[in-house]
Formats: sequence, C-alpha cells, structure tokens
Amino acid sequence: MEPIVLDTLDPLIEALRERGYAVVGPVVRDGVIRFAELGSAADLPTGWGDEQAPGAYRLRARGELVFGFAASPDAVKRFTHPPRTSLFRMRDGVPERAPVEAPKVAILGVRACDLAALAVQDRVLLGGRYPDEAYRKRRAALFLIAVTCAVPGGTCFCASMGAGPRAVSGFEVALTELSGPHRFLAESGGERGAALLAALPSQPAAAADLEAARAVAEAAAGRMGRRVDLDGVRERLVQQRESPIWNDIATRCLTCANCTMVCPTCFCVTVEDGTDLADGTAERTERWDSCFTLDFTELGGAPVRASGAARYRQWLSHKFSTWVDQFGAYGCVGCGRCITWCPAGIDITEELERLR
Amino acid sequence: MIPAPYRVRSRRPDRADTVTLVLEPVDGACPPFLPGQFTMLYAPGVGEIPVSISGRARAGGYVQTIRAVGAVSRALCHTPRGSLVGVRGPFGTHFDLARAAGLDVVVAAGGLGLAPLRPVIRELAAHRARYGRISLIVGARTPDALIYPRELARWGRRFDVRVTVDRPDRAWQGPTGLITGLVGRIGVEPGRTCAFVCGPEIMMRATAEELLRRGIPADRIVLSLERNMKCGIGRCGHCQLGPLFTCLDGPVLGYDKVAGLLEVEQL
Repeated sequence: MEPIVLDTLDPLIEALRERGYAVVGPVVRDGVIRFAELGSAADLPTGWGDEQAPGAYRLRARGELVFGFAASPDAVKRFTHPPRTSLFRMRDGVPERAPVEAPKVAILGVRACDLAALAVQDRVLLGGRYPDEAYRKRRAALFLIAVTCAVPGGTCFCASMGAGPRAVSGFEVALTELSGPHRFLAESGGERGAALLAALPSQPAAAADLEAARAVAEAAAGRMGRRVDLDGVRERLVQQRESPIWNDIATRCLTCANCTMVCPTCFCVTVEDGTDLADGTAERTERWDSCFTLDFTELGGAPVRASGAARYRQWLSHKFSTWVDQFGAYGCVGCGRCITWCPAGIDITEELERLR
Repeated sequence: MIPAPYRVRSRRPDRADTVTLVLEPVDGACPPFLPGQFTMLYAPGVGEIPVSISGRARAGGYVQTIRAVGAVSRALCHTPRGSLVGVRGPFGTHFDLARAAGLDVVVAAGGLGLAPLRPVIRELAAHRARYGRISLIVGARTPDALIYPRELARWGRRFDVRVTVDRPDRAWQGPTGLITGLVGRIGVEPGRTCAFVCGPEIMMRATAEELLRRGIPADRIVLSLERNMKCGIGRCGHCQLGPLFTCLDGPVLGYDKVAGLLEVEQL
C-alpha cells in the first residue's frame, strides 16, 4: 500500500484497540520515558525530550514533537522475553507446563534499534536447535508500530551498527513525524499494517512528505552522539583477550549488571526453584540473568570468571565478537542504553576504540 | 524445558560423598544416549544440574554418578530409592569411538571424570577387536576418592590400567603423583593413538599437553569440559567459553578447538 499522511494518532490507537490489542507506547513516568498502556494519544510524551550521556539521563522540555526523544530504559524485550516467567509447576512428581501468556499488544513508537534487537533475539531464541516456543507466541502476538528516530541521544550509535535511525523492516506500520504542519507519514510493512492504515482517515502522501521523511532520518543519522568502527572488531577482541585494558575497565566497572538489564539483545537467564509449603508443589521460574554476577559461572563452589575484568571482557567480547561466531550477527544494535545507564559512565564505544 | 519424571530405581553410595543412581522413566523408555552426553537432573523444588551419563542399566534406565558439592547435587545424592526426580536430555556432543577404530586408545580420567568415560570404556571392552592397545590411566586425590573401584579391577584384567593418587594412605601400593606421570609409562605410539580425557580442567590441560608433547595430534585428543549450565540447550548463556556453548558445542571437544580458549584465564 502507498504511504499515507495522518494528522493525529488517536484513530490509529482506536483501530488497534478495536482489533483487540492493548496499545502500549511511551509515556513520562518515574522521571524517564517508559512503555505503558496508552489511553489516548494525549498520554504520549508530547513536548518532552531526553538528554543522555555516559551515566546520565534527564528529561527536558523540548519543542512540539511527540517522539522527540531517544531510547528509553524499556526495550521491547520485556514483552517478548519477560524478566520473569513461570516454566512449570510440579505436583506429586508430575510437572505441568505453565501456560504461556501471550497477550495481544500493539507497541506504538518502537525505534529501529529495538526492531534490530528483536531480529537479533529471533536469531538467538528461534534460530537454533531448540527454538523457544513461548517466545514465538509472544512475538507473534505483537503489533509493532515503528517511529523514525528524529532526535538521537548523546549515547546513540545505531547508524554505526546499521540498525537505524529509520526502520526498514520488522514492523507492521512505520511512522515518521513531520513538522510544518505537524503530521505523520505512515508506511505499511506488512499486510496487517496495510489493512490497519486503509481503515484510517488519511491523505495520500505527496512527494514532499516522502522527501521530508527521508530528511528526518538523514539528519538523525548525522547527529549520532557516538560511533563505532566495526572494521576488524571481531578479530581484535580475540587478539586482545589478555590486554591490560580489561583490568583498567574493571577499576571503574561496578559489575552491577545494569548494562545487561537495559540491553535489548542480552538473552541470558537463570532459573529459580522453590516449593510451596501450603500445597507441596514445586515451581520453576526463569528470570533474566547477567554475566556480571559471580553466580553466573559458579562451578564446584567457585566462579570461573572471578574477576570483574573477566566478566566485562565476556560481555563486550560477546557483543562484538563471539556473538557473530554463534549467531552470524553482532549482539549490539547501537541503542546506547548500556552507556546511559552505567552508573560509572563506562562507554563501550570508547573502550572498543581503546582496544584497537 | 520441562523435565520428565524418572524414578530412582537404585541408589548405591560409591564413596563418602559420591552416589550412583539408576534412573528409570515413569512412562516410556529413556531416550538413547552416546558416551559423553549428559542430562539435566532436577531435584524437585531444589534445582537442576548437568550430570554425565555413565551407562544404561541392564534393566533399562540411566546410570548417573553424582558427587555432593552443592545444594542440588546434595539433594540428588540423598534422593532415596523409589523417589521421583526430573530428567531432561540427553544433551551435548559425545566421544566419537568410530574415529578410534583401528587406533591405540588412551583413556585418561581424573576423579569424577571417570563417570562420563565409563560408557567409553565399556564400549571399548564390548568391541575389543576394533581397537589397538587400550590404556586407562586414572588419577584421584586419595585412594578413597576413586570411583568404580570394582570395575577398575575388572578392566585391569583386559586393558593396561594404571591408577595414581595425590595423597596415598598407608595401604596404597600403586603410583603416586599427578596423572601426567602415568602418560610416560604407557608407551604411546603417537602416529596411531587417540585419547579421551575427562577430569578437572587443570588435569585435562596438563594431560593433553603431555600427550601433545608425545606427538599425538591435538584433534585426536578429546576432552570433556564442565561449565555452569542452567538449560542444556544453548539458551541460558552460562556455559559459554569464547564462541562455544559448552552444552551444545560440547561438552566433548577436540583439544585443537579448545586449547587456545583454555589458555586464557577466566575466559
């Protein structure tokens, strides 16, 4: 279907709700922009922007844009690969699989970096010998509405990773916010998206609208706060396994695991087992884990990666080197969250440059 | 990710802290396994750990030897006969005995490392004529820590079996010291030898290096690695060693693939 122009997003939100979706989008909450269920377009963070820097995130009033901010601490990951899920409950020795909760959720305002991260997680969780069927169900229940990033953050480098700022695939609908007059260019990325758009009040997009959207993405690509030179990075991290730089990073790294918790591609999990004293059932829960914890590599009472340097090396090398060996793609999409949310302000783009 | 219920058919304490269980599926037959593969054993409500398969019991079911070192292994060791545990698997790569056909075979086990090698040794014994000279070298901390002592004696009548301990007791009459010291005694012909090695990582590296020094090519020295595992299916991420998922790409791996990785401390 041909691109169209929307004046407002309320009909879109309403149409999704009519199709049975809970509509989730960015809202201002807890001093940050997070994903939450939307009542109407009025809940969107119109006029709000963010300032992001190593170890820093601040909301700032900023112009008229609805989507004038960069990556929020929430990624789409928590809808597809939730922080905590029940795996099974065991009664009298017989395990019963926990039902998979896969609610129909439409996410409005997904950035290209997060779509790229979903594609990465698809490779990890669906591409192997043991595909994760719960992930597949949750993934299939999503309706993704992308938004071209107009105002990248100070820690963004999706352009370096080839992951943005404009979404090219993996969405049902992609919006680009245009100004003068304020409007949205809407493009469909699939049949479901086309059907939805066809039902909305709209005008056909003019050549000038398409050109304006291209200009938004181009300007954003030129305003990335960070960049990474991928040339040779995979081999370099192998060669630099014994570099003293890891120890230097470890003097700053608190091994707090924040970077892995905000990372949209990190997939590691652990399981927790327990019993209910009331009815004698045993339950197993899966939850996100982090390679920064000591428990992660515990073997016979001692961790394999005892030092912070070894744990940081694992994380960074996985993202930019061994991930490629394992899954044929980088484990980083350049969203910059790990830089923003690192309490010590460790900047992976800077560290990669030093490891050159 | 859901364990199948298995019943503890028999429970035999091997040593003070080591128990061998025979586990039978509550419904159906247990899936076939290859020497060196492992299952994820679940102690209900306590947790799950990877345990290598040491054989198939005559009446069916997996033979698995567990040493009590943590909460889960302790719970499994204390599971009484008739109780239920959970089993997932078998998982992982195996010791490829087809590649050993026509060759001399060195089997080197350190401590509990004999457990995953037991099906290898039984296979060698069952098809003795397929292989050249067979040597089994075993190391343990103390004579008390040796597992399968009766079978070791039986294997000793068919192969060259040598056992060494780090700390002998008064009754010990065999060799003492590291297992690497035994490599020199078995007389290796490097051009026609392959080796299967399992034990603590430091023991495997030292043994592999010693075998390498004697001219056995690295791809014919095969190790079984151990790492923290929560899933066994390449999903939890815990068992990574550089590019490898120990659960999927291992645990059984050629020394040519892992020597460089094991060299790096805390990788």
